[in-house]
Parts: sequence; C-alpha cells; structure tokens
Amino acid sequence: MVITPHNDDTIAAIATPIGTGGLAIIRISGSKTLEIVDKIFKSKHDTDELKSWHIYLGNLFDKKDIIDEVTVSFYRSPRSYTTEDIVEIGCHGGIFVARRILDVILENGARLAEPGEFTKRAFINGRIDLSQAEAVADLIHSKTEISRNISLKHMEGQLYEKIERIRNELIDILSLLEIELDFSEEDIEFVERENFIIKLNHTIEEIEHLINSYSTGKIIKEGINLIIIGKRNVGKSSLLNALLREDRAIVTEIPGTTRDVLEEQLDIKGILFNVIDTAGIAETDDPVEKEGIKRTHGKIERANIVIHVLDFSNTLTKEDQSIISKVESLSNQKGLKIISVINKIDLDKKIEIEKISYFENNIPIVRTSAKTFAGIDDLEDMLYQKAFEGENKYNTSDVIITKKRHVEALKKCSGSLKRALKTSQTGLSSEFISVDLREALDSLGEIIGIVTNEDILKNIFEKFCIGK
Amino acid sequence: MIDSNKIYDVIVVGAGHAGCEAALAAARMGMKTVLFTINMSTVAKMSCNPAIGGLAKGHLVREIDALGGVMGTIIDETGIQFRMLNKSKGPAVWSPRAQADKIEYSERMLHLLETQKNLELKQAMVTGVTIENDKITGVKLFTGSEVRGKSVILTAGTFLNGLIHIGLFSYSAGRDGEFAAKGLTENLVSLGFKSERLKTGTPPRLDGNSIDFDKMTVQPGDAKPQPFSYQTKAINRKQVPCYLTNTVEQTHKILLSGLNRSPLYSGKIIGTGPRYCPSIETKLVRFADKTSHQLYLEPESLRNNEYYVNGYSTSLPEDIQWKAIRTIPGLEKAEITRPGYAIEYDFFPPSQLRPTLETKYIENLYFAGQINGTSGYEEAAAQGLMAAINAVLKLHQQEPFILARSQAYIGVLIDDLITKEITEPYRMFTSLAEYRLLLRQDNADMRLMDYGNSFGLLDKEVYEQFCEKRKLIKDYYEDLQQIRPDLNAMNQILEGQNTSQLKEKENLYKILKRPEITLDKLNGIAEHPLFESNNDNRLMDQVRQQLEIEIKYEGYLARQNQQIERFSKMENHIIPEKIDYSKIKSLSSEAKEKFDQVRPRSIGQASRIAGVSPADISVLLIYLKK
Repeated sequence: MVITPHNDDTIAAIATPIGTGGLAIIRISGSKTLEIVDKIFKSKHDTDELKSWHIYLGNLFDKKDIIDEVTVSFYRSPRSYTTEDIVEIGCHGGIFVARRILDVILENGARLAEPGEFTKRAFINGRIDLSQAEAVADLIHSKTEISRNISLKHMEGQLYEKIERIRNELIDILSLLEIELDFSEEDIEFVERENFIIKLNHTIEEIEHLINSYSTGKIIKEGINLIIIGKRNVGKSSLLNALLREDRAIVTEIPGTTRDVLEEQLDIKGILFNVIDTAGIAETDDPVEKEGIKRTHGKIERANIVIHVLDFSNTLTKEDQSIISKVESLSNQKGLKIISVINKIDLDKKIEIEKISYFENNIPIVRTSAKTFAGIDDLEDMLYQKAFEGENKYNTSDVIITKKRHVEALKKCSGSLKRALKTSQTGLSSEFISVDLREALDSLGEIIGIVTNEDILKNIFEKFCIGK
Repeated sequence: MIDSNKIYDVIVVGAGHAGCEAALAAARMGMKTVLFTINMSTVAKMSCNPAIGGLAKGHLVREIDALGGVMGTIIDETGIQFRMLNKSKGPAVWSPRAQADKIEYSERMLHLLETQKNLELKQAMVTGVTIENDKITGVKLFTGSEVRGKSVILTAGTFLNGLIHIGLFSYSAGRDGEFAAKGLTENLVSLGFKSERLKTGTPPRLDGNSIDFDKMTVQPGDAKPQPFSYQTKAINRKQVPCYLTNTVEQTHKILLSGLNRSPLYSGKIIGTGPRYCPSIETKLVRFADKTSHQLYLEPESLRNNEYYVNGYSTSLPEDIQWKAIRTIPGLEKAEITRPGYAIEYDFFPPSQLRPTLETKYIENLYFAGQINGTSGYEEAAAQGLMAAINAVLKLHQQEPFILARSQAYIGVLIDDLITKEITEPYRMFTSLAEYRLLLRQDNADMRLMDYGNSFGLLDKEVYEQFCEKRKLIKDYYEDLQQIRPDLNAMNQILEGQNTSQLKEKENLYKILKRPEITLDKLNGIAEHPLFESNNDNRLMDQVRQQLEIEIKYEGYLARQNQQIERFSKMENHIIPEKIDYSKIKSLSSEAKEKFDQVRPRSIGQASRIAGVSPADISVLLIYLKK
C-alpha cells in the first residue's frame, strides 16, 4: 500500500458500486464533515445537532433545490472507521442521483477521495494494521462468498495471529541459539543440534503450508480461469448461458456466431470462475474466424480448467479428435484440468462414446442439455470439485494467503530458514545460524512488525535461569 | 584547595571506571582537567565482581583499548587469571575475560591519574552544577565552594542517594562503607532532568582461610593468556585458579526461610534489578524446580585473602546469608568478611542525552556510566571515554564522534541507551549487535584505531605497528590469491587433514576456505613469511588470524556488509532537530510521545524505539518529504 500524506482535507466518495441498484451510499470523512452536511441536509425532525451513531431522515439540497430524500448516519471521531468524523448519506440508487449529491458535497468543501483513501486513513490513524488494511481493500473488491469469508477472517486478524505464532516459534528457536552465545558460562543445558533442526524443520513446514495456500487464495480472490472449447455448433454458448442462467452470449443456429472470445464471471458455490467462451475450432479460410481460433489457442494455455463440449447428436469428427489430443497433452504438460461435456442429450444419440480417449484417461464426462438444463447441476458440482482438486485444497478453517506481498515475505522467510538449516548442518556455530534466523524474522516483520533484540533477550530471561 | 579564578576545560565528577577513562582521555587530548572523587583511595574500584571482560564486555574492552582508553592495559598488568570465552564457537563471539587483582587495579589507575599531565585529582563531594543560559559553568562542592569549568562530565555510579539493604536493615551509602552522594540528583531535577531508581546487588565475600578448596572443582585460566590490549606484549603475572561449587537443597531451604525478611520480597526495594543477574533468592523463587545452582569462588586479590561468591548475590538478612552459605560443599566453616547487599540508586534515563552523551537540556554537561542506567565496568568505561572525546571535540568546535551500530559495540551501547527505555540496569550482550559477525574482538583495532589516533589518544608506536599490521594483511591477502603451491606437496597436507585432494594446482586463498585447513597446517608450503615457522610473534599471529577469518567466513561477512548497506539509508536519513511531532496528526499518540521524548537523530534510530510501529515510520517519512 502506498501511503501518501493527508492533512485536514475532508474527503468524499460514492461508496457503493457504480451501476444500477436500489440504494447508493456516499461517504464523507474529515474535520469539515459536519459543516458540509449542515449546509446541504435538513432533517425532517428539526434536529439541531447530529448525534453520533444515529440515523436521520431528511432532504438533501443543492442550494434551494431538493435533490433527493436521504438518510444520514453520523459517526463522531474517533469512534469511526477512519477515526475522523464520518457521515454516510444513503440516497436512491442510480448513477445520476449519487453523482449529483457527490458534486454538491465537493462544491461545499470536500475533496474527491482517492481509491482506498478511507482505508488508508484508517490505517494511518492507527485504527487497523497493515494486513487488516489490505484485507479491507480485498473485501471491497471481493466478488464471491468464499472470498468474502477469507477477507473477514483476515480482518479479524487470523493471518496476524497465525504469523505471530510462527514468529514466536522463531523467537524461541533463536533464543536457543543466543543463550549458547551470550550465556555459555551459565549453568544451562543447551539444546542438541538435532533437536534444534527438528524445531526448525517444523517451522519451515508451517511456513511452506502458508505459502502453498497462496495458490488457493489466489483462486479464491481472482477466480479460476475456465475455458469452454469445442468444434463449431456443439452448443458452447448455450452451455455458458445455461451456467449463467441468462442470455448473454449470442446464440444462433448458424455455426461460427461466436467469433471472438467472450469473458463472463460465474459464481458457483462461492467460487469465482472467469469463463471464456470461444469461437468453435475448425478449419476455415475466413480471416475473422481464423483470428478467433488463434485467440482460443492462446487462451487455453492460460486456463486452469477446460470444458470440452462434444455433440451427442453427431458422430465424432477429426476436429473433435484433434481437440482431444491437444487438451490431453496440455493436461499432461501443465496440469490443465479437463471436463468433457456431451451436450444435446435431448436429441438422438449418434456419438460413439467408446471412441473418446477421455474415457480411458479417467477424465470426467458430464452429459448435459443446455436446452433443457439437464445435467447443468452435475456440471456445476464437477467444476467446484475440480477447482479445489490437488494443491488447491481448501478448508474453511485454514488461514489462506491472498496477498502477493505476504507470500513474497513468507518465501523470503522460508529461504532464510532453509539457509539456517544448511548452515547448522555444516557445523558452523550459532552466531552464523543466527544471521539467517534474524533475516527470517525481519521478513515476517514485513507483515506484522519487527522483532527487536530486546524481544529475544526477554524471551531468554523468562525461560531460562540466567545469572551465575 | 580550589582556585575560584581557574577555569578548567573539563570537570569530571566521580572516579570510577567511567570517570577515570574520561579524565585521562580529556587530559591526554590536552585539556586542563580536574577529577573529583568522594574518596581518593578508592578510584576505579571493583565494587562487585573482581573481573574485567566477559561475553560482549570483552569486546567493549578491546574497543576502548583501540580508541586509546586504559582499561585494557591495566587489566593486562593486574589480571590474575585470563580466559578466552566461547572459544568453541566462531571468532565473532570469542570474548576475553580476566580475574583482576582488584587492589592492584585500583592502585595502578591511581598511579596513572596522578602522573597524567593536565590532570588534577581532588577529593570532594559535588552537590550541584552551575549554569548560565542553559550552559554549564562549573560545579558546586558540599563545602560551598564553586569550581568553574567549560564542560562537566558526571559519572556518579551508584552513589546518587545510594541506599544499601541487608535484610530489613538499610543505610545510606554509595557502596559498601562509603558515603552516598547527596544533593546532586535534587539539583539536576530542579534543572528539569528526570531521575528514576534502579537496584543492583552483590554477593558476600568470604575469608579464604575458612574455605575448603579441596571439596571444589578447580577452574584454571587459559594456559596461554591472551592480553586485552593491543599494546601488551605478554602476560607475565602470576596466575591463580577459581573454584567451582554449588548450592544444595538445604541451602535453598534456609534461603527461602528468610524471604519474609527480604527487602526485595517485602516491597522495601522499589528500584528494578537486572534480570540477567538476579539474586540467589530470585533464582530460587523464579526457577523453583532447580535443585542446585553453580557458584564460582573468585579471588579478589593476591594481596588479601578474600573470595567473591559469583552466583550468590543476595540481600537476605545477615544470619540467613551466613547459615545458608555453610550448607555449601567446601564452605561448611566459611566466614563472611562482608555480607552481600542490594543497593538502590538514582539514575537519569538516558533518553535525555544526545548521541555524544551530552545532555539535551544543559549544554556541555555530559553523563556517563551507571548514572545512565548501565551496569558493568566496561560499559561505564566506554561511555566515559566517549563523553570525554566528545566534550573535547565540542570545545574545539569539531564534529562530534558518534559510532554507528555497524562500527562498534560502543555504538550499539550508546544508541540503545539514548533510544530505548531503560527498565533495568543495561548490560551488553552480543545478541544486541545486529552486525555481530563484523564486530569482533580480534578486529577492534581495524575498526577503531584510526579514530583513536586522530584524537591523539594512541601512542605513536602503537598506531604505527597497527598500520604495519593492516598493510601486511592487505598484501598477504593478495599473495594468497596468487600463490599456487606444488600439487604433490599440497595434496600431502590435504591428505593429512582428511580433506579431498586436488587434481590440479590451486591458489592458497581457495584452499584456506576449507574448514579443515588453517595457516599453521600449511607451514613451509610456500616461500612466504606466512609459512615460516620461526616467524612467530604477536603481530604475525594477529595477521594470520585476520587472514583466516576474512577468508573462511567471507560469504557471511559479505552478507552482513550488505545488511549494513540496506539499513544505511535509514541510518543516514537525518531528522531535523526542531521537528514538532505534535503537529504530525497521523502519528499514533504513543509514537508522538516517544519521538518527542527520544528526539531520534535518524529514521534508523526512530525505528528502534519501542512502541513505534512501521506505520509510524511511514507517516514520519511522508511528513519529512513534504
């Protein structure tokens, strides 16, 4: 997070997402909040002074014109999100009303907030720590249920707690080294190197576990890239519409309607899927179609899951077989996950299922009819299952890393610890290992604050009888 | 006795380890100096442990020596048992320690003080300072006289309102048998200084004739004693052993039976004592499951027959001390010559100081030693020396002398003092030095002698020898990269050391990287002074040692240098002195308060203040950019 200075500015912004909705909220924060609201809002109950933690109904004025009937909630400093005076104005939805109210607020002395500036103020004013601030930003951007769940956990400091526990383990381990150095003349039993290595290994494992959670965290935060491929007119777009349960992709009976790559976002049981519908893959001379097919190939490379759609009502073609061999090889090389869908089961069967090599290779086959919605639930189950297959296993009680900055710090930490392990195995004495361990602690400090020399000594004095 | 027209350049108050170093350094830098002590026969006295050095403290002594202080040479002359501690570890944590003949140590210091040009030693109690426009003008004596001086260094030790406790009995004293200093604390507090209370303690001393040493384990010193000072050629004094025994369960029972009359546990003592040096009763209470504690009997002098009981510091009543000591193997008939005691004293939280040890409120007034909340002779001496150097530099209107944490333990010490909250007597530990691998006792001269020389504190001869050493190290380092000895001869040596043989010639620099290979194992391998076995003298030993360390641990040393580089941006980011922290709105109130109190010199120092978060540092950086 980049921190920029702020002074006595009062800031305002529309807090709800841009778009149509029943309600919109405009938030104002800063020392001039009440002054501004006084000028533009008149409560229906002739209130002299707004009380903190109360909601008022009234009219919002632009000079003498009423813009909208609104609710005003007041949070007095320091008991507010930013610790400054905050007012939230709830108005009727729609971009126009909210924009006009914001304009009036700005005309009366506020400045438009930069993205994330409310959270930034909360952070700078000591209301939340850095990892909490980042989680709030994630919460605002989080798109699905599970993602929201993780953001909430971070805000409650679960990440903080987990890393603090690891940090305390490291302080314990470092203390074991330091007593050998600073208290070697004391009547203390020093820890065997072997024992030390066991402890160190254990901590490394914990950190690696957290690092591994990043790929899951990333999926939860950014979504899974899902691509739908298949030869022309097997019903790819209809299938996507069935999953979306609305008509977005253009569907016609003419093969090759979807000429470009379409992207949609799909929420299945709280997991975000970025779905890419593609042009059908076929031999063609049409330059527009050619370009579409080229893009499809590019997209397959970046996908996590591919749905290959086959037509129940037609026999397998050379085109089908070439797609099969292409995705199977990608699956082997890059771990691309495949689901094969046999669509159009509402029609008569012509496909020779035994000729599909997916069968032998244990690739799941789901039978659907995009038209009748048959099998769509099965497909959704299969997508959810595949999303968390392998390394992305997700347990709702796990602490999951979703921030690049955090995973980088943890990787640095793990690297230092592995060096410490190596150093301790070469038989060098504790002060050399200590260099690595201190670096590891500094890396964790980038997430939750630094460990001082005194912290280490304090730990030693608490746990060992020092003083001959 | 006092000429009221005379204006001293430097007035030092207190002749302990800080005061003696300060007075000698100021005088040797050409300043007209006077040193006041309450008792001229007890200068540089070892009030507690009769030893100099020890883990991390030995490093300090080597640094003091490299800067031109006297602690190293005096202990070399008066030490009666030398040991290099941590010898089984890497060179960065080796630390010299010596038992001192404390009577001779004190006498030797007295001799230096009395023979030092520009220095007057006087007996008097100082009760206050005189100032004009927040600038020091001199000191007041308890007789009513005033002495004028351009700068004043206060090194009052445990004497400020010192209060000794033995059981529930207590009396006013600076240390065992000496007056406490009255009036000075109150005078300074009236000038706006804040004072607090600390506590420390000492064990009983025993009559050697009453000890049965046969029941104890003998602890001899090193066979080849290593001197502290770079100037000392060899240790020639008679060496004696220490003795090891231990407490038994009966000892614990008796000691615990006295807890109801313990000043520590009855709430009589208010000052905080050191966690690293607890009294025996504290150890029993805190670590109740330990059935025995080691005790070392250390000789106090070859001239008397008293022994110091290391590990048995106590302020329990006299009868309990005596009864308990007689349960200890070898001490069944022991006679206590002086009982153990606890002492409470005033100190001035050193956040009131600048990095030069000058006070923030009164110009040209400096504090050094226990008055700053430290413990230990070495910590005190280091501060005394640094305060004097800076006092003199300031009188000459020269740049202050501030050592960085990456340069010396002394730098770590002073930065910690002025930055961190002192809640117990502060002592040095190697773990307090972030750049421990570089701050070794063996290279204190390489790190600091240029400074010592520039202040005129080093003998010409000593500095010239150092320059020669430095040149040899540089030349030989290059030589080792060039010399590629005969393959057969080399392989013969490698085979003898159980390390893999070479296929083709290799330079000696690479060979020395192997842990099994040291320079002495390569005798005769090449025609070079390094490999001549008859070329053994202290200088050559030191050159070999430096080369081995630099080559063997090169990777680690380079990494520490990179760390210094990384943090130097923060250390070099200077904060303007007149900054008003209350105006930086987004700072947490704790940070505002701490910043205002400490007034950090750099962002690096600011980041080390307890209670300051990384967010506060970011906010401060933003504010400074504006």
